Amino acid sequence: MRRLRGLRFRLVVAFGLVAAVSAVTTGALTFREARTGVLQQSQDATIRQLRAQLNQHAAELALPPERSALRKFAEDTAATESQGSWRVLVTYGDLSGSSASGDPFTEVTPALREAVASSRATVFQRVRHDGRTSLVVGMSILFSTQRIPDSVETASGVRVFLVVPQTTEQAYVDALVTAAERAMVAALALAVVLALLAARGVLVPVRKLRLATRRVAEGRLDTRLAVNGSDELAELSHTFNETAAALETSVAELREMEARARRFAADVSHELRTPLAAMSAVTDVLDEDAARLDPDTATAVRLISTETVKLARLVDDLMEISRFDAGAAVLHLDEIDLAESIRRTLGSRGWTDTVETELPPPHAVRARVDPRRIDVVVANLVGNALKHGARPVTVRLGGDDTVAVIEVRDSGPGIPSDVLPHVFERFYKSDSARIRSEGSGLGLAITAENVRLHGGTVRAAGHPAGGAVFTVELPLRRAEPTEEYRP
Amino acid sequence: MSRVLLIEDDPAVREGVALALRRQGHDVAAAATGEEGLERLRSFRPDIVVLDLMLPGMTGLEVCRTVRNLDQTLPIIMATARGDEVDIVVGLEAGADDYVVKPVLARVLDARIRAVLRRAAGAAPGAEGLPKIHTYGELAVDRAGLTVALHGEPIALAPSELRLLLTLTASPGQVFSRQQLLEAVWEHDYHGDARLVDACVKRLRTKMSEPPRAPRYIHTVRGFGYRFAAP
Repeated sequence: MRRLRGLRFRLVVAFGLVAAVSAVTTGALTFREARTGVLQQSQDATIRQLRAQLNQHAAELALPPERSALRKFAEDTAATESQGSWRVLVTYGDLSGSSASGDPFTEVTPALREAVASSRATVFQRVRHDGRTSLVVGMSILFSTQRIPDSVETASGVRVFLVVPQTTEQAYVDALVTAAERAMVAALALAVVLALLAARGVLVPVRKLRLATRRVAEGRLDTRLAVNGSDELAELSHTFNETAAALETSVAELREMEARARRFAADVSHELRTPLAAMSAVTDVLDEDAARLDPDTATAVRLISTETVKLARLVDDLMEISRFDAGAAVLHLDEIDLAESIRRTLGSRGWTDTVETELPPPHAVRARVDPRRIDVVVANLVGNALKHGARPVTVRLGGDDTVAVIEVRDSGPGIPSDVLPHVFERFYKSDSARIRSEGSGLGLAITAENVRLHGGTVRAAGHPAGGAVFTVELPLRRAEPTEEYRP
Repeated sequence: MSRVLLIEDDPAVREGVALALRRQGHDVAAAATGEEGLERLRSFRPDIVVLDLMLPGMTGLEVCRTVRNLDQTLPIIMATARGDEVDIVVGLEAGADDYVVKPVLARVLDARIRAVLRRAAGAAPGAEGLPKIHTYGELAVDRAGLTVALHGEPIALAPSELRLLLTLTASPGQVFSRQQLLEAVWEHDYHGDARLVDACVKRLRTKMSEPPRAPRYIHTVRGFGYRFAAP
């Protein structure tokens, strides 16, 4: 349906219609004039010839004529036409004689006979009989006294009918029709070809423009069109190129600014890391010796020690985020038992007794994941639940053949609905007056990035029975357990 | 007490780490460049090298390869920034036994050093009751003398490689997951970097002249881990 409304189709139809109308009109007018001319000419010639014959032979006819005289008169008249195509019928009252004996002369209609009887003028009629066209001419033979001018001519009562087949004329007219038809077909074909050419002239640039626009939409902003000629389409292409160039420049500037901002964050983190490495190395020394210092100094030293550790973690998280932003985060995939992984995550942080678990039996849920990143995901979600929710905190693992589902639920007040969309944002604090939490403020953002890197999803919601639920869905991506080599 | 050679270019980090390690009871020699570190290697004769990967001049990787060429068995721990993913893999393949991510707490670094040194000294767990010397095909493992020979020729293994081989050969046919090996050989936690295992297996196979396509002794079980089988 779309193709029928296309420009190509419409152009072909329009050109075809114009060509057809012109050809039909021209053909029809030409045909009519030519046909009239041809028939008129042959008719005039025939009548003229017949009249001349009658003038010549009429005097030989005795009145009243006998049947044989009538026939002879008809034969003589018919014989004057060299090709012998004339058929002549001569009547006198009830008597008649014809050039072809036994010919019924069906072409000579009663109406024509009537017209000849009542008129002195020559009467003619074109008759189509049995698929052939014939010219029928009828006239009365008149007498006049030539020596007395203006004397009234008197009818002799002899009437002559001539039937001439018009096969030549018909063939001529038929040839005209055929020629007109052929010309029309040629004109139509030419019109279609021209329409297709014209459509191509328009459609090719339009298609190029459409493809180029789609490429730009796909983000390939360096797309440009070749501008040919100086018509409207060329102007459009030129405008397209200018727009694409402007877009490319703006996007490049934006990207450059964004990249600079990200590089700055990464550089700052990197630069902070070296002094932090030195400070982190000696915090244990500070902790050990603090007890031997006077209370104020000991407090100050312990403060520096604990805050150094926090700062190190914050910088570590910032570096991690920078790597996600730069697309430099990579997965080190290994197939592991997720239940065991969760148990180990809780165990290594001393949460085994504070967090309830609903885990499937060993090896029921195996997945190809980055174990370190999954450890971070679970630890951040559980840590967040313990910090902002209330106990009991439950970790549940489930899933099917393709997806593993990790659910962390707390029993706190839940998350307000206006906060829910923002929980995975960086440094997002739902309550600006809240006392500073232990985390870096990047924990959930890193969690979300880690899950996304695995091709999974994470979402936060309120549980109908109260509390917040964080749900992680991970594709399993398991390989078939096959052996690389069997001994 | 162990002798630790620390190669680190940043003076503050070098001083801080050296101080902390000394407090943990180590004898520490510090070098600011790779060249200086190789120099101290001969004079100080350390038990273990702690090597920063980002060094001016001769890079940490070059130092690592040079140390390995001089001594196949000297333990090496790389100190690296997380995110230097390529360097970690290349460093492990160059023969490092373990790595730490900076900034690192002194007690974490100390624990790693002690774990690596235990590898060099002790038998693998689960090996009690096994004969002291056992042969598997052309491979002879001496659990008392901590030596390995192939076709009668001794092969020099770094501590991690030796410990890995002892662990795998203690239960031939048993499949070990990477996590199990990380815990048994490296004393890392469950979520440690499995690339340590893969790189170590690769080095071990190379030293045992295993055909790359069809290893005879250490088999990869896709999706699960590794197992040892005598041919």
